[in-house]
Amino acid sequence: MSTIEKGQVMTANRLGDGLVVFLNRAGNWSEKIDEATLALEPQAAAALEALAAQDVKANYVTGTYLFDAERVDGRIKASHIRERIRTLGPTIRVDLGKQAEGKAGAFAAEEA
Amino acid sequence: MYRYDEFDAKFVNERTAQFRDQANRRLKGELTEDEFRPLRLMNGLYLQLHAYMLRVAIPYGTLSGAQMRQLAYIAEKWDKGYGHFTTRQNIQYNWIKLEDAADILQALADVEMHAIQTSGNCIRNVTTDHWAGAAVDELADPRPVGELIRQWSSLHPEFSYLPRKFKFAITGAPHDRAAVKVHDIGLRLHKNAAGDLGWEVLVGGGQGRTPLVAVTVREFLPQNELVAYLEAIMRVYNLYGRRDNKYKARIKILVHELGAEKFRAEVEAEYAKHPAQQTQVEEAELARIAKYFALPSFEKLSRFAPHFEDAKLSTPEFARWARNNLAAHQVDGYTIVNISLKPEGGIPGDASAEQMRVMARLAERYSHNELRVSHAQNIVLPHVRLEDAFEVWKALKEADLATANYGLAGDIIACPGLDYCSLATARSIPVAQAISRKFADLDKQQDYGPLKINISGCINACGHHHVGHIGILGLDKKGEEYYQITLGGSSSEHASIGTILGPGFAADEVPDAIETILNTYVKLRHSGEDFLSAYRRVGPKPFKEALYAAA
Amino acid sequence: MPLLKNDAFVNDAWVSLADDAEVPENGSIIVSLARLERDWDQLVSFTGLLGVRLTNTDKVEALESYISQITLVVLPFPAFADGRSYSIARGLRLDGYRGELRAEGNVLPDQLQYMRQVGFDSFAVSDRFPLQVWQSAGKQMSLAYQRGLFRAANEAEVWSARHRGFEPWEEQPHAG
Ligand code: SF4
Repeated sequence: MSTIEKGQVMTANRLGDGLVVFLNRAGNWSEKIDEATLALEPQAAAALEALAAQDVKANYVTGTYLFDAERVDGRIKASHIRERIRTLGPTIRVDLGKQAEGKAGAFAAEEA
Repeated sequence: MYRYDEFDAKFVNERTAQFRDQANRRLKGELTEDEFRPLRLMNGLYLQLHAYMLRVAIPYGTLSGAQMRQLAYIAEKWDKGYGHFTTRQNIQYNWIKLEDAADILQALADVEMHAIQTSGNCIRNVTTDHWAGAAVDELADPRPVGELIRQWSSLHPEFSYLPRKFKFAITGAPHDRAAVKVHDIGLRLHKNAAGDLGWEVLVGGGQGRTPLVAVTVREFLPQNELVAYLEAIMRVYNLYGRRDNKYKARIKILVHELGAEKFRAEVEAEYAKHPAQQTQVEEAELARIAKYFALPSFEKLSRFAPHFEDAKLSTPEFARWARNNLAAHQVDGYTIVNISLKPEGGIPGDASAEQMRVMARLAERYSHNELRVSHAQNIVLPHVRLEDAFEVWKALKEADLATANYGLAGDIIACPGLDYCSLATARSIPVAQAISRKFADLDKQQDYGPLKINISGCINACGHHHVGHIGILGLDKKGEEYYQITLGGSSSEHASIGTILGPGFAADEVPDAIETILNTYVKLRHSGEDFLSAYRRVGPKPFKEALYAAA
Repeated sequence: MPLLKNDAFVNDAWVSLADDAEVPENGSIIVSLARLERDWDQLVSFTGLLGVRLTNTDKVEALESYISQITLVVLPFPAFADGRSYSIARGLRLDGYRGELRAEGNVLPDQLQYMRQVGFDSFAVSDRFPLQVWQSAGKQMSLAYQRGLFRAANEAEVWSARHRGFEPWEEQPHAG
């Protein structure tokens, strides 16, 4: 039986290089979705938003928002295809982006 | 080709320095993202799905071998070794860092290029006929006016914060390959009764959410009045274009809401207000620019090219390519080579740095050092001797650039879609790839005849699906991609907006649906009748029946 | 709010008058277009300096009968992306208005040069940016292709420079 938890992940683009990053509860941004914090409750999501807002102010990231995701067997997967593509890279160039750099998380090979 | 003089060079260098300063201020936090965004956009820098994207202007689609080489260099040095040629005759890089952007702009400036106004609510890169200066049906090369407009619109202080983006297209030939009727302003060169050349000024065409064909605001505008008249149109738009709703902000909505008559009256009134503007400088400037576009010194050649004919006989694959991808040239013994960037299963419009270099070398050796980017996302070598065509083909073939599908079913126009674009609702490229694989058989493509299949990944219509003979629009239905099909669009001199056929299709159903449409066409066509003509004769009904009856 | 003029922050002598406020004996007052139209009979004999604040949907023609008495026109930038006032300013200058033309609202250093080129010569700016940012941002481009612009001393018009001899715009005042 796989366990599925639904929640939200905070994402942004890093200001300097534009790359997609995800936030964990300690306030660190990672290029890997697997290192993100999945906020299961509104308070947790709000805490991520507050942390993200600080880093917008600090001009470290830009374009922050929460997206829906789920944790399946301990690995995080975005619910919508748009966010899955952001966590992977272009589906038509699997040699490029996170999927090619070992940063794509568990769902890289499976589907976009 | 146009060459920068000291002024143009200084202008782009200063602009680059200005952007470097702005980017540094942003990185240091002296500018907020809201303040910086319009500044970076006006220098072609977007934030896309995976990283920053830089869109480089290729004015009126013309570039030299050295410029193409520099594009290859940029792709390798600052991106991931490739670029994407767009439907606006530009090139985009998908993996750019803000920290590098100013260096890239400087590398562009070094070869007389820039990324000015490839985005933002301003006048965008002017597009034109990709066969300009070579096409047999041309009255005059439209590119001098393209360059005049490029200069006039660059950093125009009055028109840099328009209600919305603004696109010009120009054609110098009666057969419109520049889609002037679906641009904010289209200019069409023609002769009046007295035999003088002048411009028909069309305004308010466009695609996107509300596709409209442009209306004629001036039937015949003398060349010297062009800049002053365009200023009047732009001023009316800047003052009265809607700013309350970005979906209603394009000039087409203003023209539509006011009505063509009233809009025309507003423009003429504005134009009449400043009759004192003397136009000698504009005239002199246009004459100066025109000199750069003088035809290259062509050799006097025979119309019959024996080597070319022999090669066709000995190499059927070349013969097919020659039949399909070459177009007639103004000058005997020369041909226009259309390089398809649509290999079977490929990504429409993408080229690797290596391929760019191959094309650059071929241009230098065989095409008077000129290349063109077409709005169909292909590359053109405009001035090739027929006798060299075989050599060119061999080199192209080696670089996987010799697909003989120019203008056919496999020559699909597709925007980047959800694989790259942050505005997308669905992917476009995989659909294009699936269709191109389905119709990989070139005999079949040839049998279907001239065909334009266009795919957009959202309603913004960068893939020009409204004016595709077959248009495909990717949408999102509850998190799933699905695709709406339109038929009967055209961007030619007989422009029309496609009609939606019915409910959409899942991605994997699209190739079959297209096949059904094409088989229906084959069954009902008259001898020699192309797809669009047949559609216009019979309307959507038989296609609808074929598509939805089975379901 | 600092007032930027000729590359310096200066004191603003102008006072905005509410539509229902009494007209003072003299001084420099800015009224709305509505007030100007309503109280013209009174305002025409005002002994101080008269300015008007337009909205960016007002037409230039609305000022026609008053313009000779006006020494300041204030135009708004409700958002920096709202560019209507550039065209209103250009229209006023093309019509021959020679008085002060002030931009207020969302005026940022990176738009300063455009504003100056269409004819603005004073700027009500926020104090978010130090003076030297304004000074340098307003000068980064020394060339413009368009003709008929207001040029600072360091600026040239490319086309006019290329084709000396017929320069109908030479007599335009150069804004500072
Ligand atoms: S049509 Fe939509 S998805 Fe495609 S490039 Fe344009 S904005 Fe992006």
